[in-house]
Amino acid sequence: MIQINEVIETNKMVSAEHLDVRTVTMGISLLDCIADDVDTLCERIHDKIISKAKNLVPVCEQIAAEIGIPIVNKRISVTPVSLLTARTGGAVKVAETLDRCADEIGVDFVGGYSALVQKGMTEYEREFLLTIPEALTKTRKVCSSVNVGSTKAGINMDAVALMGKVIKKTAEMTAESDSIGCAKLVVFANAVDDNPFMAGAFHGVGEADCVINVGVSGPGVVETALKQVKGADLTVVAETVKKIAYKITRVGQLVAQEASRRLNANFGIIDLSLAPTPVKGDSVARILEEIGVDTVGGYGTTACLALLNDAVKKGGIMASSHVGGLSGAFIPVSEDIGMIESAAKGILKLEKLEAMTAICSVGLDMIAIPGDTTSDVISAMIADECAIGVINNKTTAVRVIPVCGKKEGDVARFGGLLGEAPIIPVNNTSPARFIARGGRIPAPVWANKN
Amino acid sequence: MKKAIVSVIGTDKKGIIARVSGLLYELGINVEDISQTIMQQYFTMIMLVDLSESKKDFCAVCEELETLGKEIGVDIRMQSEQIFTAMHRI
Repeated sequence: MIQINEVIETNKMVSAEHLDVRTVTMGISLLDCIADDVDTLCERIHDKIISKAKNLVPVCEQIAAEIGIPIVNKRISVTPVSLLTARTGGAVKVAETLDRCADEIGVDFVGGYSALVQKGMTEYEREFLLTIPEALTKTRKVCSSVNVGSTKAGINMDAVALMGKVIKKTAEMTAESDSIGCAKLVVFANAVDDNPFMAGAFHGVGEADCVINVGVSGPGVVETALKQVKGADLTVVAETVKKIAYKITRVGQLVAQEASRRLNANFGIIDLSLAPTPVKGDSVARILEEIGVDTVGGYGTTACLALLNDAVKKGGIMASSHVGGLSGAFIPVSEDIGMIESAAKGILKLEKLEAMTAICSVGLDMIAIPGDTTSDVISAMIADECAIGVINNKTTAVRVIPVCGKKEGDVARFGGLLGEAPIIPVNNTSPARFIARGGRIPAPVWANKN
Repeated sequence: MKKAIVSVIGTDKKGIIARVSGLLYELGINVEDISQTIMQQYFTMIMLVDLSESKKDFCAVCEELETLGKEIGVDIRMQSEQIFTAMHRI
């Protein structure tokens, strides 16, 4: 039988260390909704999402009650909308339909207002990208992502240039709420088909009709475990993280199995990412500081993060039958109290964050930058992140928020899980000539493995 | 789901086991195993229970146990056995 100390350990993780299942995300294919006119398309999308996901929220709540561990977010990801509207246009109408579905079902977000343009852009995809600011302004729960590069394809610099402008426009259109539209927009390299986390979730075309993907969390649990091994060498640190990651992931595995069975959906993957929230005791930065860096952003941060990220994967992989998604430590600045504090002190800078993205998931995430940052600078930021992802064969992303009307030292406030972020300085040296060239950065030599 | 773990934690006093097992009996729930100790001056007990013949559903049983816990001044929770097996057994 289960031992008393095991029951107490599990329940303490929840009550004192914020252990939770961060998200149960149902991926739904909408390819069979494609129609000749946008109204029929929207009707079919609405009917399909409701039929598949109507029980998502109650089932998750039931599972959470039975196991005694909260499931924080219930989400839906769908087939990239650019594919659905290729013939009809009217993508914003689809976004509004998705938003309505989210409200009816009671989920937190719907992801998939997306396009995959890593190698080239069709005309309908270009038009789709230009609708993103309007779609993110007219909806509350719809999230958008665009894949502009991959290790196999290289980097589509025309799309990179365009996305700089799309981000700026989105910021302007949501200026009255600290440009929050940009918090729902991610630009990827090597985007994955089964990511359960927002804002980058979409349901890839190679996926089954209806799939459950689960994202676990638990930075606080890892931090507490590391407090028990103060001063021990780094092998002990890594082993401690592995053991705790195993336990955390087992929770996700159980939830995914139960949710997929009860919802009659396929079990997709467990995403092993450590995802922070702005509350105290739920911070990835604090783990790095517990390992021994005084303040996150100082030298040693990248090495500590590498150790953490690798150990989480090693512990988690054995705990789950299918691991996927992004699977690594997240470093969203506005959602992590340690990152917020360090950025406010001027210790955590964009350059260090960029280095950190080379060894963890996922990229420059939830970073508030001055509102007057040019679209060229944002595009160049995206290009640099893509280069890291494409060359290192990993996912990278950019979710920056050029906060309209605010400058370095101000604070952007988004609320809820999105938190708040000090505006951090940007190197404004002009990359305009580079961005204006357009074209495609060729795939790296190791893309040719065959 | 049929098996669950009932955990009871609080200041030790007379009759805790009697009251909890009495309620479980009324609800048609069989107690299969009990483990009890005093940890850091707190009465700590876990029970493995079988809900297959329970008169009420899982959440309703949880609520009844919680109410009883408030009445006698201890914290009572019931959780699926699966979560502990998942986390603590390979």
